[in-house]
Amino acid sequence: MTDVALDPTKRGYWTSDQEVRWCPGCGDYGILAAMQFLYTELDDVKKENTVFVSGIGCAARFPYYMSTYGMHSIHGRAPAIATGLAVARPDLDVWVVGGDGDMLSIGGNHLIHALRRNVNIKILLFNNQIYGLTKGQYSPTSEVGKVTKSTPMGSIDAPFSPVSLAAGAGATFVARTHDLDRKHMIDVFRRAHEHKGAALVEIYQNCNVFNDGAFDAITKRDARAEMMIDLVHGEPIKFGAERQRGVMMDNGAARCVDIADVGEDALLVHDEHTTNPSVTFSLGQLAMDRRSPTPFGVFRAVDAPEYAAAVGDQLLAANDQKGPGNLEALLRSGATWDVV
Amino acid sequence: MTDTADRVENSVQTLEGVIIRFAGDSGDGMQLTGDRFTSASAIAGNDLVTLPEFPAEIRAPQGTLAGVSAFQIHISDHNIHTPGDEPDVLVAMNPAALKSELNRLKSGGTIILNTDAFDMRNLEKCGYQMDPREDGSLDGYIVHEVPMTKLTVDATADLDVKKRDAERSKNFFALGLVSWMYDRPLQPTFDWIEEKFGKNPAVVASNNAAFKAGHAFGETAEMFGDQYQVASAPQKPGTYTNITGNVATAWGMVAAGQLSKLPVFLGSYPITPASDILHELSNHKNFGVRTFQAEDEIAGAGSALGAAFGGHLAYTTTSGPGVSLKGETISLAAMIELPLVIIDIQRGGPSTGLPTKTEASDLFLALYGRHGESPMPVVAAYSPSNCFHMAIEASRLALKYRTPVILLTDGYLANGAEPWLLPDVSTLPDISVDFATTFNDTDANGEPVFYPYKRDPETMARPWAIPGTPGLEHRVGGLEKADITGNVNYDPANHGLMTELRQAKLDGIAKDIPGAMVNSDGDADVLLIGWGSTHGSITAAVEQLRKEGTPATHVHLTHLSPLHPDLGELVQGYQHVIVPELNKGQLVKIIRSEFLIDAKPLSKVMGLPFTAREIIAAVNQATSGASSNGAAQNGAN
Ligand code: SF4
Repeated sequence: MTDVALDPTKRGYWTSDQEVRWCPGCGDYGILAAMQFLYTELDDVKKENTVFVSGIGCAARFPYYMSTYGMHSIHGRAPAIATGLAVARPDLDVWVVGGDGDMLSIGGNHLIHALRRNVNIKILLFNNQIYGLTKGQYSPTSEVGKVTKSTPMGSIDAPFSPVSLAAGAGATFVARTHDLDRKHMIDVFRRAHEHKGAALVEIYQNCNVFNDGAFDAITKRDARAEMMIDLVHGEPIKFGAERQRGVMMDNGAARCVDIADVGEDALLVHDEHTTNPSVTFSLGQLAMDRRSPTPFGVFRAVDAPEYAAAVGDQLLAANDQKGPGNLEALLRSGATWDVV
Repeated sequence: MTDTADRVENSVQTLEGVIIRFAGDSGDGMQLTGDRFTSASAIAGNDLVTLPEFPAEIRAPQGTLAGVSAFQIHISDHNIHTPGDEPDVLVAMNPAALKSELNRLKSGGTIILNTDAFDMRNLEKCGYQMDPREDGSLDGYIVHEVPMTKLTVDATADLDVKKRDAERSKNFFALGLVSWMYDRPLQPTFDWIEEKFGKNPAVVASNNAAFKAGHAFGETAEMFGDQYQVASAPQKPGTYTNITGNVATAWGMVAAGQLSKLPVFLGSYPITPASDILHELSNHKNFGVRTFQAEDEIAGAGSALGAAFGGHLAYTTTSGPGVSLKGETISLAAMIELPLVIIDIQRGGPSTGLPTKTEASDLFLALYGRHGESPMPVVAAYSPSNCFHMAIEASRLALKYRTPVILLTDGYLANGAEPWLLPDVSTLPDISVDFATTFNDTDANGEPVFYPYKRDPETMARPWAIPGTPGLEHRVGGLEKADITGNVNYDPANHGLMTELRQAKLDGIAKDIPGAMVNSDGDADVLLIGWGSTHGSITAAVEQLRKEGTPATHVHLTHLSPLHPDLGELVQGYQHVIVPELNKGQLVKIIRSEFLIDAKPLSKVMGLPFTAREIIAAVNQATSGASSNGAAQNGAN
């Protein structure tokens, strides 16, 4: 074995021997690298205790490229499969990887239930606003009017905001990052990893083959200052090259404003820990088109009982109440009679 | 009769057996009444078989035919196999129950009516133009008219219960009365009432009073001349309990966990008639059993597969429609070759069909209902208590061969009860398996490696390396796997090879399963082949046929895929081969195609088990040379 393969602080340690098969230039490469680099920095992780579970789609190839345990499963079902694994094995770090079609369309039901249960799984939602693997149909996050192979006259479906959806499902951790900023991705992934419970991380990911430049107006280097809203816990939400703009709550809805018009005090002070999910929902609504300023970072990180731990507690409580299971006694637990 | 003028001197008659049918409105507590009578009879040592039948609606409109709930029990002083073809006694708590159940009663049978329910409104609700007690339609039956509601209210008059609440105890009055008629022990019912309702003393008092009053009424009222006794059946010595199929299945899952030394995980979604397994299992968390009520059927299977990847003994329980939804996950389990037990409590279909009625029409679904070439073991239980053993057997095959396994039971087994001679736990099989912990090969450079698809030469099972095992990190998935390495592979020859290997693994299991069950008394021209819950009906039919001078052999299958290794020999040499099935003829097609014999179907799809008589009639028809339409006589086709 090479030295890299033995040194967990080297990216190669976390890289499998499988050839990566995404299209050249795909945003997925950057996300994979960010995850592998994160693992070189974490000191509470082991290869054998880490599992990546994915559904179907371009993003879902991800587990093959990590040197950990992994399962490339069924379209939409990764959150359900990962839930079973995390409940059975609370000792593991379980990640779920999928795209917008996988997670929000065919797998929407599993996603919301995993989030509401607060199972200890970290869900990476690669949002490229298109179906890539099936060669270019509109997705549940595509904008209205999008012309694709299946919508030659433009999509008439209203899109989801994954952030708002997660807030509505009661997610305890919600964040957004993008594939062009490795450091930002690593920071957000680290926060998800540290969170006790279900985490949803939306990643703006460029599909350069079927939806190239979908996020250019927001995430390209020269656009970032005016278009990316950095969420910083405990600080008023401000953005713009001169930090001249901000976000305020107006009649229950988040709205981008010029600070000059409303004054600093009117701005929303970002609070990751607020238990009220409606603020997260509103912030999620800020990014419903490709040309509006869009919040990034951790929207929400709330403490709540984790599901597998609660399952484990019930097992212990049952053991305390009834004593350890005894098969002989179980078979005799109903009315019995003896024939001699 | 002398100084005890108010007491009738009853004589006691002995019966070999009796079939009683309790029927009433869904709200009348008939399932509970039947259940209590069952327990008392089991404790009295009778052999017994039950057939609970209830509507799919939770509360159908009160007093209507749709709302009738019935419970049939057959008790006997000898070994019996069916809930009985025709009841001897019908207890009808209202006109609807009488109307819907009367045609089942044997001619000259006994009817016990709750006359308080026979008012104009109730008669009209179920479409009686005239009171059947007065229009001659009950002529030829022995009818006992008992004002059960009133007598129950009278009996509870001294208690502090409202009249409405008191009336609800009338099923215990009926139970008391029938318990007197058949000389059932009373204490088990008092004990049960105390245990069940102990938190609510008023209900305990009211139920006890009604139960005693019913019993006393039988003893004192002149209408019931004789009391009957059904002696205990000769049974093998040992400890018995009364068990339903669903409880036996759940206990089998707990047992399999103990026998494999693995934690049990159940991922399930509520569905009739399987939900009771989820309920029962969720009471046994002290065995380390995790039960997960998923958001849907697909997640039930998916979560179980995730748990299996993590090294748990994983189950998903459901009924037909749920199996359809789980199909994609079951195929993934076949591709990634992990143990997963899918338990299908079959019910009438297609679609929602008859959710509370029995049928065995998912055999083809279990065998073939998946995309691609996706072979896997399919096994079936043949009696309520056998569900325990088949749950263990399904788990054994899944674990040893790293494969999904489908266990079929059905609504009749699930809810039906029988006395069960408890097995000696120490005789149950060891089904433990070893996880992979070390490298299993060397690569081209001589470095040790782990190949997740390098198979055991004997079982062809691949190694089960669970997360947490250092050095054996690997990725599985639904894309075709390369032989040995398990890497994604699209090579045509490899796909052909892997398809063959998956089939060969299944075929090899035939070496590791018992022969079919055979009930033969030598020279017979007639062979009956059954699987699943038809076992009791076929056994009863064969016994009767022999008495009538028609020897018949009964071969019963518990393993449907692969088939029992001796089946090919067992089915040869008969003039008539009949395959009774609660479907349109599924096993029969397999028998015909596998063994090229002229097996004939006998099908019934009416939501009910076969009566022995239906099978006897089909045999007689075949042996007398008359042409058979392949359907049970009572109109099933
Ligand atoms: S189709 Fe799009 S998302 Fe898929 S690999 Fe290619 S660039 Fe990436």
